[in-house]
Amino acid sequence: MQILAIDSSSLVASAAIVTEEKLLAEYTTDFKKTHSQTLLPMIDAVTSMTGFDLKDLDAIAVAAGPGSFTGLRIGSATAKGLAQALEIPILPVPTVDAMAYHFFGTQMLICPLMDARRDQVYTGLYRFHQDVFETVWPQCAVSAEALAEQINMRKEPVILNGDGVPVQMEYLQAHLQVPFFVAPPHVARQRAGSVGALALFYLRQGKIAPEEAWQHKPEYLRVSQAERERKEKGAGSDEH
Amino acid sequence: MKEDILILAIESSCDETAASVVKNGRTVLSNVIFSQIALHTQYGGVVPEIASRKHIEKINQVISEALQQAGVTLAEIDAVAVTYGPGLVGALLVGVATAKALAFAAKKPLIGVHHIEGHICANYITNPELEPPFICLVVSGGHTHLVRVTDYGKYEILGRTRDDAAGEAYDKVARAIGLGYPGGPKIDKLAKEGNPKAIPFPRAHVADAPYDFSFSGLKSAVLNYLNSCEMKGEPVNPADVAASFQDAVVDVLVTRAIMAVKESGMNRFAIAGGVASNSAIRSAFTERCRQEGIVFYRPEPVFCTDNAAMIGSAAYYEYQNGVRHGWDLNAIPNLKLGER
Repeated sequence: MQILAIDSSSLVASAAIVTEEKLLAEYTTDFKKTHSQTLLPMIDAVTSMTGFDLKDLDAIAVAAGPGSFTGLRIGSATAKGLAQALEIPILPVPTVDAMAYHFFGTQMLICPLMDARRDQVYTGLYRFHQDVFETVWPQCAVSAEALAEQINMRKEPVILNGDGVPVQMEYLQAHLQVPFFVAPPHVARQRAGSVGALALFYLRQGKIAPEEAWQHKPEYLRVSQAERERKEKGAGSDEH
Repeated sequence: MKEDILILAIESSCDETAASVVKNGRTVLSNVIFSQIALHTQYGGVVPEIASRKHIEKINQVISEALQQAGVTLAEIDAVAVTYGPGLVGALLVGVATAKALAFAAKKPLIGVHHIEGHICANYITNPELEPPFICLVVSGGHTHLVRVTDYGKYEILGRTRDDAAGEAYDKVARAIGLGYPGGPKIDKLAKEGNPKAIPFPRAHVADAPYDFSFSGLKSAVLNYLNSCEMKGEPVNPADVAASFQDAVVDVLVTRAIMAVKESGMNRFAIAGGVASNSAIRSAFTERCRQEGIVFYRPEPVFCTDNAAMIGSAAYYEYQNGVRHGWDLNAIPNLKLGER
C-alpha cells in the first residue's frame, strides 16, 4: 500500500509518501506562510523528486483534526480534491494520535498538546504496549488544568510534544507531579510521515474506515463561535 | 487541433458552493449550486466559519454532479478554474485548495478567476452576441462597480462605492423594517406595493468622482426616518419605505451608469451581480436604455446570483489569453478587479 499523507493542522505544513515498509519522502516546514501557498507545492515536490506517479497511490491520509480550522480545511480540501481526481479513498487520522505515534516503542506515557487558544489545548494520552499503539485518553479540547489532572492520576513519566508545550510550560512545571520530558526538535511537532504510518496501523487494526472524497470532513472538536454564542443565548433565555 | 474548450469551474467565495462545466466560454453544460442561505438566515447574515464548514462538506458532491450533468469526465476537461477573490477568505480557500488538488492530480492547467469578472462574464452566457467593448454595472451584496470592459479579460474601473455596497444597503434597510435576510429580494417584492415617491430619500453624489457611489447616507436617512416616525408616534408604511428606498438606489445607479455609457461613446451596456436580478433595477435600465438608444444586456437571473458558470466563462477568455496559475495560488479576499 502506498499513501500520500498530509498534515496542515497547525503552523506546520507536512506532506509525505509512506509505504508499508518505509518513508519514501517527507517535506515538513514550520514557519508563518499560509498552507494555501505551501501545501500543494510541497506535495508536488515530494512526488516529482521521487518520480512518483500519483496513479500508484492507494489512499490519501490526512490529519483530520483537531487543529486550526482554516489549516484543517486546506489539508482536507486538498486531500478531497486529490482523492476525487484519483478515485481513491481518504484515511482520516486523528491529529493528536499521529503526533503521539512519533514515539514508537516508548515505555512512557505520551501527551501531545496543541495550542487551542481560549485557554485550552487539544490533547490526549497514549502509550505503546511493545509495538501496539493504544489510546489512553482520546483527543479532546480541555484546559491545562484538566490535562494536568489526567496526567497526575496516572503517576507515570510522560513525553510532551506539540505547539501547546511552550504555551503551557509555566503551568505544567508548576502542576505536573510526574517526571516529564519535552520532545526534541525532529519529533516536537506534526509530521506527515507519522500520519501515513499511523493510517496504515489503524487500517490494519480496523480503527479507521476509508472514506470517499465527498464523505470526508474535518473533525474540529469545536462548534463555530456563532453557533456557540447562539446556544449560550438560547440556554440563557430558557432560564427566564 | 481540438476545437472545443471545456472548463470545470468552482466558486465558493461566499455562501453558495457551486461548480459548472462550460464549453467555449458561452455554452453552459451544467450549473450546480448548493445554496447555504437557509443556514445563515437564522443568524441574520452570512457567518464566515459556518460557510467555510458547509463548503467543505458539499464541494466534492457539487463537482461530481457538475461533471455528471455535463456528461464529461475530469479527463476530458481542458482546465480547472476557481474563484480566488474577492470574498470570504475561509470560504475561498476551500474552493482554491480543492481546485488546485483536482487540477494537480488530473494534470490540468489551473486558472484563478476574479469573482466580479465572473459576474460580468455571466453576460456572455445569456447574450451570445455580446462582445467587448461595453460598460458594465456590477451590483451585489458585497460590490458596486462601474466597469469599462475594453476587451476579453481587460477591465477598467470607472467608479465604485465609497462605503456600503448596494446589496449591503438593501440588507440593512430590510433588517430595519423587519424583513430579515436576504434583503434584496424581500425589499424588491414589498416595494411593488408601495409608493416610490412617498418619502424623498437623498441621492448622494461623490465630489470629484462622478462615477462613484455612496449608499451609507441613504441607509442612514432610512434609519433616521424610521426613528423620527417612532418618536413622533407616526405610523410607518414599510411598503412605502421599501419603494422609496429602492427608487433612490435605482435612480443613482441608472444616472451614473447611463452617464458613463454616453461619455464612453459606446452604445452597449450590461448589468451583473446578485442585485442585477432585482426587478425594479432591470425595468428602470430597460426603459432608460430604450430612450437613449443603448443596447441593454443582462444575465438570466440564475447567472446573476453567485454561480460557477460565470467563472467558467471568464476562465475561458483567461485560458485563451494564456493565463495559468501555479500550485501556490492563494485566496485573496480583497483581490482588485483587473489586476493580473
